[in-house]
Amino acid sequence: MAAEPARVIHSSLVRATHWINVFAMVCMVGSGWRIYNASPFLPFTFPAKLTLGDWLGGALAIHFAAMWLLAGNFAVYAVWSWRSGHFRRRFLPVRAHDVGADIVRAVTFRLPHANGNYNAVQKLLYLLAMAGVAGAIVSGVTLWKPVQFRPLEFAMGGYDTVRRVHFAAMSGIVLFALIHVAMVAVVPSTLRPMLTGGAPTRRGG
Amino acid sequence: MSHSTFHRIAQQRLGRRNLLVKTLSRGSLALLSGCNLEDDDGVDKFLFAISRFNDRVQAALFAKDRLAPTFAAADITDPFPFNAYYEEAKAPEIDGATWRLELAGRIEKKDPWLLTDLEALPQVTQITRHVCIEGWSAIGEWSGVPMRLFLERIGADLRAPFIAIRCADGYSSSLDMATALHPQTQIALRFRGSTLPRRYGFPIKIRIPTKLGFKNPKYVTALEVTNIDPGGFWENYGYNRFSGL
Repeated sequence: MAAEPARVIHSSLVRATHWINVFAMVCMVGSGWRIYNASPFLPFTFPAKLTLGDWLGGALAIHFAAMWLLAGNFAVYAVWSWRSGHFRRRFLPVRAHDVGADIVRAVTFRLPHANGNYNAVQKLLYLLAMAGVAGAIVSGVTLWKPVQFRPLEFAMGGYDTVRRVHFAAMSGIVLFALIHVAMVAVVPSTLRPMLTGGAPTRRGG
Repeated sequence: MSHSTFHRIAQQRLGRRNLLVKTLSRGSLALLSGCNLEDDDGVDKFLFAISRFNDRVQAALFAKDRLAPTFAAADITDPFPFNAYYEEAKAPEIDGATWRLELAGRIEKKDPWLLTDLEALPQVTQITRHVCIEGWSAIGEWSGVPMRLFLERIGADLRAPFIAIRCADGYSSSLDMATALHPQTQIALRFRGSTLPRRYGFPIKIRIPTKLGFKNPKYVTALEVTNIDPGGFWENYGYNRFSGL
């Protein structure tokens, strides 16, 4: 079998929005932990060294600056992904049966992990991550402006509940990121396409 | 609730001149952004510029007739928390008989007001939620004079964009005119039906249910209607100036 030509796995738009999202999300989570620490509602606080902003006012300044980058970047990706058909091709359909079968393959280390061609578990995780970002944005806007967006606060069950929704969205995003980075460590060949767009040319054999 | 945390953070902050300076230096952003974070001033200037942009976004979002939620008496937080940048024991003790509300700036009738003068004006009672910038919230019942009524009574220039508020404890804040004229913004004289206790700001507190708690100053002694954004205690440390809800 002849070597396949190098192909573009992640377009420049996907790569750009991915890394902008990484930067914005680190800013949001790091500053968000600092803001949470000012009035924790769970029996722990985040280690100050893992937070950004140095104090509450600094953390809020970062949070309310990076939110524009996060939401704008997410909007660009979402609109492009939907209109280009990328979303449908890459992430749909996700069937419960396939997810179950792929989880069994994954835990027995028999799950194929081909660049740009996602298995059912990946599809589900990426969809959940996108839902987590969308949830963080909607709950975050509600915390920022609970009077101007009263219907959103009401729909989410009140201000204190919205805080927990926002925290849960963050937790889901962080959990996803940990799994995602661990998977890249397990299959390092997935990293290059997200940097350069192309995959290593496969050798015949 | 973490009021002790608030005190501690506030007291740590008081000595600082440059509030946002070193904001980012402790983080690991340099690794990601590749920008030169040795120039902390540049980062802080950028964050302040975005904060001014956010002021404008919030002013545009602010609907002059949209009301903050009101609550039932059973929802009132008891005890309602004391909150300031100092311990409760250091709260100012003001003699209501000698206290005056000084007026300055773009106002026709600048004579100082006595507490009895304010008590003689129509009073409105509201059960509303105080949302702290730290994230916690508490519900209280305040009664007092609608700010719009007071501003009209003293002949304030309602086209001036800001009101500077100064307090007996050295605190200060600023209020945009649109929010000052909001139907729920009031000069509070009473809490839960009784004279405003010392811990909640005797003799008056500016109660604004559409603003974060730090923009609801206690122990108020002076109002100035002005064309220049006067800033305020926390605003000057770097909290967002508009801080609307």
